[in-house]
Amino acid sequence: MIRMILRRLLISVLVLLVVSILVFVATLLLPGDPARAILGTQATPERIAALQEHMHLNVPVWQRYFDWLSGVLTGDLGFSTSTQGSVNTLLADRIGASLVLLIASAVISTPIGLVVGTWSAIRAGRTSDHVVSGFSLVIAALPEFVIGVALVVLFSTSVFKLLPSVTLSPPGTPVWERPTQLVLPVLTLVLVVTPYIVRMMRATMIEVLASGSVEMARLKGIPERIVLFRHALPQASGPVAQVIALQLAWLAGGVVVVEFLFRYPGIGAALIDAVNNRDVQVVQAITLLIAGVYVVVNLLADVVGIVTNPRLRTEVAK
Amino acid sequence: MTALDVTDLHVSTVDDTPVLRGVSYSIEPGEILALVGESGSGKTTAGLAALGHFRTGLKAVSGSVLASSCGGAPSDVLALPEKQRRALRGRVISYIPQDPALSLNHSLRIGKQIAEVLEVHGYPGSVEDRVRETLTEVGLPSDTEYQRRYPHQLSGGQQQRVGIAMAFAWKPSVVVLDEPTTGLDVTTQALILETVAKLAAEQDTAALYITHDLAVVAQIAHRVAVMYSGEIVESGAARQVLHEPQHSYTRALMAAVPGIEGPVGRSEAEEPDEDVVLRAERIEVSYADTKVLRGVDLAVRRGESVLLLGESGSGKTTLSRSLCGLIEKCTGTVTLDGNPLSASARKRSCEQLRDVQYVFQSPFSSLNPRRTIAESVEVPLRQLTDLDKDQRRKRVAEVLEQVRLDPEYADRLPGGLSGGQRQRAAIARALVTTPKVLVCDEVTSALDVSVQATILELLGELRTELGMSILFVTHNIALARHVADRIAVLREGLIVEQGTVDRVLDAPEHEYTRELLANTPKL
Repeated sequence: MIRMILRRLLISVLVLLVVSILVFVATLLLPGDPARAILGTQATPERIAALQEHMHLNVPVWQRYFDWLSGVLTGDLGFSTSTQGSVNTLLADRIGASLVLLIASAVISTPIGLVVGTWSAIRAGRTSDHVVSGFSLVIAALPEFVIGVALVVLFSTSVFKLLPSVTLSPPGTPVWERPTQLVLPVLTLVLVVTPYIVRMMRATMIEVLASGSVEMARLKGIPERIVLFRHALPQASGPVAQVIALQLAWLAGGVVVVEFLFRYPGIGAALIDAVNNRDVQVVQAITLLIAGVYVVVNLLADVVGIVTNPRLRTEVAK
Repeated sequence: MTALDVTDLHVSTVDDTPVLRGVSYSIEPGEILALVGESGSGKTTAGLAALGHFRTGLKAVSGSVLASSCGGAPSDVLALPEKQRRALRGRVISYIPQDPALSLNHSLRIGKQIAEVLEVHGYPGSVEDRVRETLTEVGLPSDTEYQRRYPHQLSGGQQQRVGIAMAFAWKPSVVVLDEPTTGLDVTTQALILETVAKLAAEQDTAALYITHDLAVVAQIAHRVAVMYSGEIVESGAARQVLHEPQHSYTRALMAAVPGIEGPVGRSEAEEPDEDVVLRAERIEVSYADTKVLRGVDLAVRRGESVLLLGESGSGKTTLSRSLCGLIEKCTGTVTLDGNPLSASARKRSCEQLRDVQYVFQSPFSSLNPRRTIAESVEVPLRQLTDLDKDQRRKRVAEVLEQVRLDPEYADRLPGGLSGGQRQRAAIARALVTTPKVLVCDEVTSALDVSVQATILELLGELRTELGMSILFVTHNIALARHVADRIAVLREGLIVEQGTVDRVLDAPEHEYTRELLANTPKL
């Protein structure tokens, strides 16, 4: 089992390396010359040339890639041209702020999804199950900005005026000092992610509950509660973990829209600013970070799959 | 005192279609009652009712199921509240399922799965000791290392033994066995039957043995009840029902069972040298480190039917697929009328593909459920011939007639056909290109005996009518005299014995063939 996990880990590292190359090449393809973008249209060729040299834009591409990569590996994400500071300090607070969103959404949506999905599966075919299924389908069909705008209309502008619709933290103070401003962004993300987990959990559980092994457990006279927890849930957890991972990975990218909507000072908002300002190294750092989250959650899902399925972690003995 | 007494049991689907119409049976302690019937006769429903369990979509309408634990007063399983019914299950009445691969929990160690049934009902003694004891009783190792295995680390026969151990752990007064040996090899089946008979006798347990295999019934049962569309049409002592069946359905069922006896002598020459259509030489296939086929030589003559006999894992399906070019990494040579065939079907010419056709085991999965029968049968014509639309339609109608399938089925989807009709459609699809060799891979093992008999008859007639050769792949040696001229016995990737049917059955030379014949249950 350890060997399998190590293998996955190695593959993940390779994936990240490939992603770093793609990210680097993609930023090269961004239209416009960063030096020209910074200095504006009035700049003289000499000043542009000087800035290009300062930003190492005149050294060969592959050397720039290795310089950047070695920086990333040693914890130096580079220099932000638009804020004239290190990318590390620029992102430090914002990563924290985004992680708060991510973790809060994951911690709330996963258990709710699992419990509601299981409950719905046990009551499959009854009214309560139909209500849950229909409701989750409707929510799943709505894009995140529609949900976000609807929540703003409902809770902070037209109907009730309970919660702030934008984040108003003075720079330098952490966002979680005013918890009320976290509610709407987190709620939006939870509403986007949960329906998928509910639907997958419900479908998997219905299949597992109809399986021969669950019927056998019932015919052995095992109480329904143990049937559920010992026989059904472990068999459902592998496939559902994959879906949860996909959803959490989506969260890492999905925060971009939600942060923009709520003016939330996280990496998503920073990414949009950086693209507007041709702030290449910030774009690279954030994209790599989001890719990293993708890889890590998928790795975790694989580990859950391996741990809950003995067929994957034990040899076939003869 | 009766251990299980089922009286006038009526079961229907939730929309009130009757499934069981007044089924009554009773079993004494230590007695084995065989409940015999074909698929859809309601025998599994009647068996599960003994545990008060009805599958989704079914409900009990009326009747009673009285079960008595040793020395206790009988209680009506159907009338008990859920909690007390649950207390009976696994302890007083237990169940052995058809397919242990599906019924054991793959994420729990087997020791735990046996211990569990003891723990939930509060076993008075040491659970650990009893688990060891039951494992020994069913002939499995009982050490801790073995108990820590997962089901997938056991063979099919061992898995079924674990199922039996769970069922007999509490020394129940009633055991319901639902076709527990279907899917097992004859050798394993013989051992399992022996274990069940021994345990039932030792523990004085009443056993309800559900099966469609009358030969197994003859071997194990004291009494037999024959079910037909939700009713018990005949019951009595095993010997009497099997040898002097009263009801016309029982008689038809008995007549359909292929016996190892049967018509004798159809082919002459021992050495298949002349007029060989399909010849395979030195066929080898390996998956990873395992050699599945280790140099197989096989020849099929024109108009001849060869029975390729092998148990699961012998490589018989791998061999038949290799002949059809479905296993690209097989080595060795396959020749058709003396011309070499590529190991890959994709590299074979249309003519070569037309000449060797394949019929799959299960007609339930080999036909596309979203295509009509006519569309499915037409596929080989589209792919392998230049016939135009009208010619194709004519040919499809012709071949459906050949397999005795009513033209009204041509435009139906497979879902609207019975198993036997579907297999006829699948055979039609293989015949539509008038092949020289038809490879039939376990084509009757998913079908009931009476349907099996009609399919075997059809294949025999087609062979005479069309003069084609058949390679009939099966695990069931009892079919030999009914379909084949020669037998080739495959074991662990090698042909261990080959010869005419009469010679192999009457004077088997290889130890393994003798063993197979000895383990095949007879009526």
